[in-house]
Amino acid sequence: MSKVSSLSKAVEEIPDGASIMIGGFMGVGSPLKLIDELIRQGKHDLTIIANDTAKPGFAIGKLIDAKAVSRLVASHIGLNPETQKQMIAGEIEVELVPQGTLAERIRAGGTGLGGVLTKTGVGTVVAEGKQTIDVDGDTYLLEKPLIAQFALIYAWRADHFGNLQYELTARNFNPPMAMAAGTVIAEAGEIVPVGVIPPDQVETVSVIVDTLVGRED
Amino acid sequence: MNAKEIIAQRVAQEMNDGDLVNLGIGLPTMVANYLPAGVRCFFQSENGIIGMQPLDGPGSALDALTDAGGSPTSVIPGAAAFDSVASFGFIRGGHLDVTVLGGMQVDEDGMLANWMIPGKMVPGMGGAMDLVAGAKRVIVAMTHTAKGAPKILKKCNLPLTAVRRISLIVTEMAVIEPTAEGLVLREISPEVTVDDVKAATEASLIVAPDIGVMKLAA
Repeated sequence: MSKVSSLSKAVEEIPDGASIMIGGFMGVGSPLKLIDELIRQGKHDLTIIANDTAKPGFAIGKLIDAKAVSRLVASHIGLNPETQKQMIAGEIEVELVPQGTLAERIRAGGTGLGGVLTKTGVGTVVAEGKQTIDVDGDTYLLEKPLIAQFALIYAWRADHFGNLQYELTARNFNPPMAMAAGTVIAEAGEIVPVGVIPPDQVETVSVIVDTLVGRED
Repeated sequence: MNAKEIIAQRVAQEMNDGDLVNLGIGLPTMVANYLPAGVRCFFQSENGIIGMQPLDGPGSALDALTDAGGSPTSVIPGAAAFDSVASFGFIRGGHLDVTVLGGMQVDEDGMLANWMIPGKMVPGMGGAMDLVAGAKRVIVAMTHTAKGAPKILKKCNLPLTAVRRISLIVTEMAVIEPTAEGLVLREISPEVTVDDVKAATEASLIVAPDIGVMKLAA
C-alpha cells in the first residue's frame, strides 16, 4: 500500500508542457527536491501555478532561471527580478491573481465548484473581461476554478498511505493544491508508519495523494 | 526621529487592544514596535499565522516560520497557523480589524494605488487587493511625497488596488481622513504648518476645525 517512490521515478511521469501547481510561499513549504529534479530531467514549457516565484536561485526561482516555465499564474513576482525580466521579454506569459482569489480559485477547482464570488478586484484591472454578479445589493466578481495536471506538495510529515501534516507557514497553498490536481506528488520531511498520525491530525487525506517522496531519497 | 519612525509611531496610536491587524512589508511592519502601553494586538501574516511577533534576536528562527516577505519571524504563545484559504477568509470575511499598507498614490476620493507602475514595475498585487477590499479599516502609511512629487493627488493615475475609500492616511507631515466630502486634514506634525502640508499635496484638503498636532514621543 506504500506510495513511496524514488525521486526520479516520481518526476518522470510529468511530461513537458504539463500544468503544475507548486506549494510554497517565497519557497517556504515548497518541495525543493521535486523542483530540483524537474530541472535535472530538463522538463520545459511548463505552466506553473503558485503564489510566487521565490527569488533567483531558490525554490521555484530555479525553474525560472532554467527557463523551464512558459506560463505562470501567481499573485506576486516582485521579489524575483528574473521572472519580471522574462515576462517583459515575452518569454513567460504571466497571469497575476490576487492572493486570496488565487487560493479560492484553487479551492473551487479542487472541490467541484464552478467558481467563487469575491469583492476583491471589483472596479480594478483584475475585473477586465470578467462577469460581475450582484448578490443582495453587493457587487462581486465571478472568479473561475483552477485545476492542474499535477500538484507538487511539501509536507512536514507523511505516513505510507500518504496522509499529510504541515508545519506553520510552510502550509500556505499546499492543502488546497493537493485537492486540485489530477496527480499529487508529495515530498515529505519525514515518512512514518501508518497509524502514527492520528485521524484528527491528518490535514491532507491520503486518498488524494498519488506518490510520496522522502526528503532523504 | 526620521520620517518612517514618525509614521509608524502615529499609526500605532490607531490600534485598539485586541485588534486583529495585518501589517504590510516594509514601513508598516515597524508599527508593531510602537504600540501604546496596554494595547495588545494580534498580528496576522497572510502566509498563514495569527500571533506573529518580531524575532527577538537570532537563534529562535525556524525554517517553517516566516513573515509575508519570506523573512524569519516568531510567534507569541497562543498563536495559530492555517492555510492560505483560511488566511484570506479572515481578511475578506470581516475578521480583520485593521490593515496597514504602503501607498504609491491616494486621491481625493480616498482611492489607493499601490501595486504596479505600468511598463516599469509589475510586482503583482500579492494580498493587497484582498486586504484593501476586506479589512474593516484600511490605513495607508507612506511618506508624503516621492522625490518631492506629491503622492496625494486629485485622481490616481496608476491602477487602483481597490474601489473602496480607505480609512486614514498617515504621513510624516500629516494625518488625513478621506470622507464623502473630501480629504480632511486632521493633524499636522509639530515640524510643519498647514501651508507646508497644502504645498506638498496636489489634492484639495479640508482643514478640520479642530485640527491638532501629532503627539510623538521625543
